[in-house]
Amino acid sequence: MQDIKELERTASQIRRDIIRMVTSAQSGHPGGSLSSTDILTALFFSEMKHSPEHWSRDGKNNDMFFLSCGHITPLFYSVMARSGYFPAKELGTFRKLGSRLQGHPSIRKGLPGIYEASGSLGQGLSVAAGAALGKRLAGDPNRVYVLLGDGESEEGQVWEAAEFCAHHKINNLIAITDRNRQQIDGTTEDVLGPNNLEKKWKAFGWNTIAADGHKFEAILAAFEQAKDLEKKEEKPVMIIMNTIMGKGVDFMEDTCAWHGKAPKPDEAERALAQLEETLGDY
Amino acid sequence: MKPNARWHNWKKPWEIIKMENLKYTNTGNKDTRSGFGEGMLELGRKNDKVVALCADLKGSLKLGAFAKEFPERFFQSGIAEANMISTGAGLSLNGMIPFVTTFAVFATGRVYDQIRQSVAYSKANVKICASHAGITLGEDGATHQILEDIGLMKMLPDMTVINTCDFNQTKAATIAIADYRGPVYLRFGRPSVPNFTPADQKFEIGKAIKIREGSDVSIFATGHMVWEALMAAEDLEKKGISAEVIDIHTIKPLDERAVLESVAKTKAVITAEEHFVAGGMGEEIASLLAMNNPAPMEFVAINNKFGQSGRPEELMKAYGLDSEHISQAAEKVIRRKK
Repeated sequence: MQDIKELERTASQIRRDIIRMVTSAQSGHPGGSLSSTDILTALFFSEMKHSPEHWSRDGKNNDMFFLSCGHITPLFYSVMARSGYFPAKELGTFRKLGSRLQGHPSIRKGLPGIYEASGSLGQGLSVAAGAALGKRLAGDPNRVYVLLGDGESEEGQVWEAAEFCAHHKINNLIAITDRNRQQIDGTTEDVLGPNNLEKKWKAFGWNTIAADGHKFEAILAAFEQAKDLEKKEEKPVMIIMNTIMGKGVDFMEDTCAWHGKAPKPDEAERALAQLEETLGDY
Repeated sequence: MKPNARWHNWKKPWEIIKMENLKYTNTGNKDTRSGFGEGMLELGRKNDKVVALCADLKGSLKLGAFAKEFPERFFQSGIAEANMISTGAGLSLNGMIPFVTTFAVFATGRVYDQIRQSVAYSKANVKICASHAGITLGEDGATHQILEDIGLMKMLPDMTVINTCDFNQTKAATIAIADYRGPVYLRFGRPSVPNFTPADQKFEIGKAIKIREGSDVSIFATGHMVWEALMAAEDLEKKGISAEVIDIHTIKPLDERAVLESVAKTKAVITAEEHFVAGGMGEEIASLLAMNNPAPMEFVAINNKFGQSGRPEELMKAYGLDSEHISQAAEKVIRRKK
């Protein structure tokens, strides 16, 4: 388990990985990867109980993580590689022909750490709910974590799953929304408001927590609070992590422009100059 | 020479399950969905990994007994089918065998993307069990009468597609698919229909069943049309035509050897299914034959039109899905033989 200082250093390297992968592939999704970086770094390097070297798809005796917003694979693959699921040098194959690192997560290439495909939005919470019920039936005390995007939450299936989790009193699942306020065509409010995510989740029978998704103290405290709430009440918890799209690279911050666009080499250079190489580039 | 296989299911030694010595008699009309319900109850008792999810249609799917006996393994999912499919995929991960159930129209078209990504592409061990398939759903009309579900499901890589013909076969198939690892679409119906296959049958996925030997024409039938094909064959016999009837309960992977061997003998083909021509079993057989041994062929299926309200048996007749239409098609295809 890493302390705050180590988490910050790890996150800086992961942000470098994201920029380098997307630049090398000249495609991919840097904006949301950068906004969720601190959340997944906290999960993979501190919060979750998992064994990267002995991963198996049944998730037995491990916490399981599901990426519902499947397009932020640069981040997902980097946290997996850096936490030991596969060698970091494989990050260089991202989105290339024959790679295990598909544009969106796939279980068909033998990449450890992926339980289910995602990419078509809105399905991850449902899948995570099933996995949580499976753990409950099997008497496995570990948890299921799932990350959703705020734009993704426009999908109707998310709210089917919300109702389902509350109805079946699923309290071994912690859901997280990356509230970066941007999607492809503009801000979440411009594209399909009025949003009101916290009110919605509460109305669907969930406990909610809001936290600063770029402060590790706040992120880790939110996880602790979520686990406490789930011990006390048979209710699922949604943590809304307030973040900044493109966080860490000044010209990518707080704009939808970099949702799914790769930087040109000179732009990548400007981006990397802002991110300290802490663990060695792949 | 090895034939051009579409689904590459040539691993097992060649053997059609022959039941032509049995006399097929209707032991009493029963609905196929009740066969599913009985199969589920039996499965629930012998395998504690089997779980069921249902979208507010527990009664229609005959899952009441399962839900009562195994409440901790029955998940009411409400009228939220997309969530139900993906939840099933999640449940399958740590070894559960989820059966997700609703009407065929909601189990396929409504949730195609969820099946595609969460189940098929993810190779999740989910059994999609769909009742009220086809025109025999009846009075509810075209909104509920899906006639393209076989096509939708068979297009997905790694999906197994099964359409059972009667109560006994549906029960046997329900039990059999729990032992198969991988996504399955099991299609059955609403109305009471003749129950004529053996109660003690062993269901083998991907193995066609020759239920009547014949030499002039091959009738490949699936689902409710198998009984109609048998009736047609008896009618044709009176006219001096010897019809072979093969029950294609598994449309994917298709029993290609069974099809090719029968057609090599009869050189004339009828396919009969409660489905659109487009995407159906008939097209599957036609493409196999086109690549190997083209023969005159007639499709008994619905061509490019939606259904409507009516009683199941009226609709079968009105839409050309009965023994009479099969007989006519057989006579026509035999005339086309050179």
